[in-house]
Amino acid sequence: MPRLAIRYFASLRDERGVSDETRETQARTPVQLYEEIAKEYHLTVAVCALRVAVNDEFSTMDAVLKDGDVVAFIPPVAGG
Amino acid sequence: MFCITSFPIEELPVAKPECAAGATVVFEGTVRDQNEGRTVESLEYEALESLATKEGQRILDESLERFPILGATCVHRVGHLSVGEVAIRVVVTAPHRREAFDACQWVVDEVKSRVPIWKKEHYADGSSGWIGAKGLTVDG
Repeated sequence: MPRLAIRYFASLRDERGVSDETRETQARTPVQLYEEIAKEYHLTVAVCALRVAVNDEFSTMDAVLKDGDVVAFIPPVAGG
Repeated sequence: MFCITSFPIEELPVAKPECAAGATVVFEGTVRDQNEGRTVESLEYEALESLATKEGQRILDESLERFPILGATCVHRVGHLSVGEVAIRVVVTAPHRREAFDACQWVVDEVKSRVPIWKKEHYADGSSGWIGAKGLTVDG
Protein backbone atom coordinates (compact mmCIF):
# COMPACT_ATOMS: atom_id res chain seq x y z
CA MET A 1 0.00 0.00 0.00
CA PRO A 2 1.30 3.53 -0.77
CA ARG A 3 2.88 5.25 2.20
CA LEU A 4 2.32 9.01 2.57
CA ALA A 5 3.74 11.63 4.93
CA ILE A 6 1.05 13.97 6.22
CA ARG A 7 1.49 17.39 7.86
CA TYR A 8 -1.10 19.27 9.90
CA PHE A 9 -1.22 22.93 10.88
CA ALA A 10 -3.08 25.23 13.26
CA SER A 11 -6.62 24.10 14.15
CA LEU A 12 -6.18 20.90 12.17
CA ARG A 13 -3.07 19.95 14.13
CA ASP A 14 -4.88 20.60 17.41
CA GLU A 15 -7.74 18.34 16.33
CA ARG A 16 -5.52 15.56 14.99
CA GLY A 17 -3.19 15.78 17.99
CA VAL A 18 0.03 15.47 15.99
CA SER A 19 1.85 17.78 13.57
CA ASP A 20 2.91 15.01 11.20
CA GLU A 21 2.58 11.31 10.63
CA THR A 22 3.14 8.65 8.00
CA ARG A 23 0.23 6.56 6.89
CA GLU A 24 -0.30 3.58 4.63
CA THR A 25 -3.46 4.22 2.72
CA GLN A 26 -5.58 3.26 -0.27
CA ALA A 27 -6.55 6.93 -0.67
CA ARG A 28 -5.57 8.07 -4.15
CA THR A 29 -6.20 11.79 -3.79
CA PRO A 30 -5.90 14.43 -1.03
CA VAL A 31 -9.70 14.61 -0.69
CA GLN A 32 -9.94 10.84 -0.21
CA LEU A 33 -7.06 10.97 2.26
CA TYR A 34 -8.61 13.80 4.24
CA GLU A 35 -12.01 12.16 4.37
CA GLU A 36 -10.42 8.94 5.62
CA ILE A 37 -8.50 10.76 8.38
CA ALA A 38 -11.37 13.11 9.26
CA LYS A 39 -13.65 10.14 9.84
CA GLU A 40 -11.10 8.33 11.97
CA TYR A 41 -10.17 11.32 14.15
CA HIS A 42 -13.41 13.34 13.97
CA LEU A 43 -11.81 16.36 12.29
CA THR A 44 -14.27 19.22 11.87
CA VAL A 45 -12.60 21.39 9.20
CA ALA A 46 -14.77 21.05 6.09
CA VAL A 47 -13.12 19.65 2.97
CA CYS A 48 -14.29 22.66 0.97
CA ALA A 49 -12.43 25.00 3.35
CA LEU A 50 -9.12 23.18 2.92
CA ARG A 51 -6.23 23.72 0.56
CA VAL A 52 -3.47 21.22 0.10
CA ALA A 53 0.22 21.23 -0.71
CA VAL A 54 1.95 18.16 -2.11
CA ASN A 55 5.75 18.05 -1.86
CA ASP A 56 5.86 21.71 -0.91
CA GLU A 57 3.76 23.11 -3.76
CA PHE A 58 0.07 23.98 -3.81
CA SER A 59 -1.93 21.20 -5.43
CA THR A 60 -5.54 20.28 -5.96
CA MET A 61 -7.68 18.12 -3.71
CA ASP A 62 -8.18 15.66 -6.57
CA ALA A 63 -4.53 15.31 -7.60
CA VAL A 64 -3.26 11.74 -7.84
CA LEU A 65 -0.97 10.87 -4.93
CA LYS A 66 1.98 8.51 -5.16
CA ASP A 67 4.06 6.58 -2.68
CA GLY A 68 6.34 8.86 -0.67
CA ASP A 69 4.42 12.09 -1.28
CA VAL A 70 4.36 14.68 1.51
CA VAL A 71 0.82 16.00 1.88
CA ALA A 72 0.23 19.18 3.90
CA PHE A 73 -3.39 20.05 4.68
CA ILE A 74 -3.88 23.81 4.89
CA PRO A 75 -6.85 25.06 6.93
CA PRO A 76 -8.12 28.64 6.34
CA VAL A 77 -5.14 30.98 6.60
CA ALA A 78 -4.96 34.16 8.69
CA GLY A 79 -1.69 35.95 8.22
CA GLY A 80 -1.19 39.68 8.50
CA MET B 1 12.06 39.73 -1.00
CA PHE B 2 9.56 37.95 1.21
CA CYS B 3 10.70 36.44 4.46
CA ILE B 4 9.39 34.86 7.61
CA THR B 5 11.13 35.72 10.86
CA SER B 6 10.88 35.01 14.56
CA PHE B 7 12.91 38.19 15.19
CA PRO B 8 11.05 41.37 16.29
CA ILE B 9 10.30 43.24 13.05
CA GLU B 10 10.35 46.63 14.81
CA GLU B 11 14.06 46.11 15.42
CA LEU B 12 14.78 45.53 11.72
CA PRO B 13 15.70 48.62 9.67
CA VAL B 14 13.36 49.61 6.84
CA ALA B 15 15.16 48.97 3.56
CA LYS B 16 16.40 52.16 1.92
CA PRO B 17 14.37 53.09 -1.18
CA GLU B 18 15.92 53.06 -4.61
CA CYS B 19 17.12 56.50 -5.59
CA ALA B 20 14.54 56.84 -8.39
CA ALA B 21 11.65 56.34 -5.96
CA GLY B 22 9.54 59.37 -5.23
CA ALA B 23 7.39 57.49 -2.77
CA THR B 24 7.96 54.85 -0.12
CA VAL B 25 4.94 53.35 1.63
CA VAL B 26 5.56 51.32 4.76
CA PHE B 27 2.69 49.34 6.23
CA GLU B 28 3.04 47.66 9.59
CA GLY B 29 0.31 45.44 10.95
CA THR B 30 0.44 45.30 14.75
CA VAL B 31 -1.24 43.06 17.29
CA ARG B 32 -4.56 44.61 18.33
CA ASP B 33 -5.86 44.32 21.88
CA GLN B 34 -9.42 43.56 20.76
CA ASN B 35 -11.02 41.20 18.26
CA GLU B 36 -14.70 40.41 17.83
CA GLY B 37 -15.38 42.13 21.14
CA ARG B 38 -12.89 40.04 23.10
CA THR B 39 -9.79 41.31 24.88
CA VAL B 40 -6.67 39.87 23.27
CA GLU B 41 -3.52 39.45 25.36
CA SER B 42 -1.20 37.92 22.80
CA LEU B 43 -1.00 36.07 19.50
CA GLU B 44 0.83 33.14 18.07
CA TYR B 45 1.66 32.99 14.37
CA GLU B 46 2.60 29.77 12.69
CA ALA B 47 3.71 29.25 9.08
CA LEU B 48 4.26 26.46 6.64
CA GLU B 49 7.51 28.24 6.15
CA SER B 50 8.93 26.89 2.88
CA LEU B 51 5.65 27.24 1.01
CA ALA B 52 4.80 30.56 2.70
CA THR B 53 8.10 32.01 1.50
CA LYS B 54 7.49 30.81 -2.06
CA GLU B 55 3.90 32.06 -2.18
CA GLY B 56 4.86 35.38 -0.57
CA GLN B 57 7.58 35.88 -3.17
CA ARG B 58 5.08 35.12 -5.96
CA ILE B 59 2.80 37.86 -4.58
CA LEU B 60 5.67 40.37 -4.58
CA ASP B 61 6.63 39.39 -8.13
CA GLU B 62 3.00 39.77 -9.22
CA SER B 63 2.81 43.21 -7.60
CA LEU B 64 5.66 44.38 -9.84
CA GLU B 65 3.71 43.23 -12.90
CA ARG B 66 0.38 44.73 -11.77
CA PHE B 67 1.56 48.14 -10.58
CA PRO B 68 4.10 50.68 -11.89
CA ILE B 69 6.30 50.34 -8.81
CA LEU B 70 10.03 49.93 -8.32
CA GLY B 71 10.15 47.48 -5.47
CA ALA B 72 8.13 45.57 -2.86
CA THR B 73 9.28 43.66 0.19
CA CYS B 74 7.42 41.89 2.97
CA VAL B 75 8.48 40.35 6.24
CA HIS B 76 6.07 38.36 8.41
CA ARG B 77 6.63 37.41 12.00
CA VAL B 78 6.04 33.96 13.49
CA GLY B 79 5.99 32.85 17.10
CA HIS B 80 4.50 34.52 20.17
CA LEU B 81 3.65 38.23 19.89
CA SER B 82 2.35 40.62 22.53
CA VAL B 83 -0.18 43.39 21.89
CA GLY B 84 1.47 46.20 19.92
CA GLU B 85 4.19 44.10 18.32
CA VAL B 86 4.58 44.18 14.53
CA ALA B 87 3.23 41.08 12.79
CA ILE B 88 3.82 42.15 9.19
CA ARG B 89 5.72 44.89 7.41
CA VAL B 90 5.27 45.67 3.71
CA VAL B 91 7.47 48.26 2.01
CA VAL B 92 6.67 49.48 -1.50
CA THR B 93 8.66 52.02 -3.45
CA ALA B 94 7.36 53.75 -6.57
CA PRO B 95 7.85 56.94 -8.56
CA HIS B 96 4.49 58.24 -7.27
CA ARG B 97 2.54 57.82 -4.05
CA ARG B 98 -0.76 56.56 -5.47
CA GLU B 99 0.77 53.46 -7.04
CA ALA B 100 2.80 52.85 -3.89
CA PHE B 101 -0.31 52.97 -1.67
CA ASP B 102 -2.36 50.82 -4.08
CA ALA B 103 0.33 48.17 -4.44
CA CYS B 104 0.98 48.07 -0.70
CA GLN B 105 -2.73 47.53 0.00
CA TRP B 106 -2.87 44.81 -2.65
CA VAL B 107 0.17 42.99 -1.26
CA VAL B 108 -1.25 42.99 2.28
CA ASP B 109 -4.62 41.67 1.05
CA GLU B 110 -2.98 38.90 -1.00
CA VAL B 111 -0.68 37.85 1.85
CA LYS B 112 -3.63 37.57 4.22
CA SER B 113 -5.65 35.42 1.85
CA ARG B 114 -3.00 33.28 0.14
CA VAL B 115 0.06 32.68 2.30
CA PRO B 116 -0.07 29.64 4.62
CA ILE B 117 0.25 31.48 7.92
CA TRP B 118 -2.08 30.96 10.87
CA LYS B 119 -2.92 33.06 13.90
CA LYS B 120 -4.01 31.91 17.32
CA GLU B 121 -5.40 34.50 19.71
CA HIS B 122 -4.98 34.23 23.47
CA TYR B 123 -7.73 36.05 25.35
CA ALA B 124 -7.77 37.78 28.71
CA ASP B 125 -10.17 35.15 30.06
CA GLY B 126 -7.56 32.42 29.50
CA SER B 127 -9.16 30.88 26.41
CA SER B 128 -7.64 30.83 22.94
CA GLY B 129 -8.68 30.18 19.37
CA TRP B 130 -7.38 29.90 15.82
CA ILE B 131 -8.59 32.75 13.63
CA GLY B 132 -10.26 31.77 10.39
CA ALA B 133 -11.32 28.40 11.76
CA LYS B 134 -14.90 27.44 12.46
CA GLY B 135 -16.47 30.48 10.85
CA LEU B 136 -14.57 33.12 12.81
CA THR B 137 -13.96 36.13 10.63
CA VAL B 138 -10.50 37.21 9.58
CA ASP B 139 -9.79 40.88 9.90
CA GLY B 140 -7.09 43.33 10.91
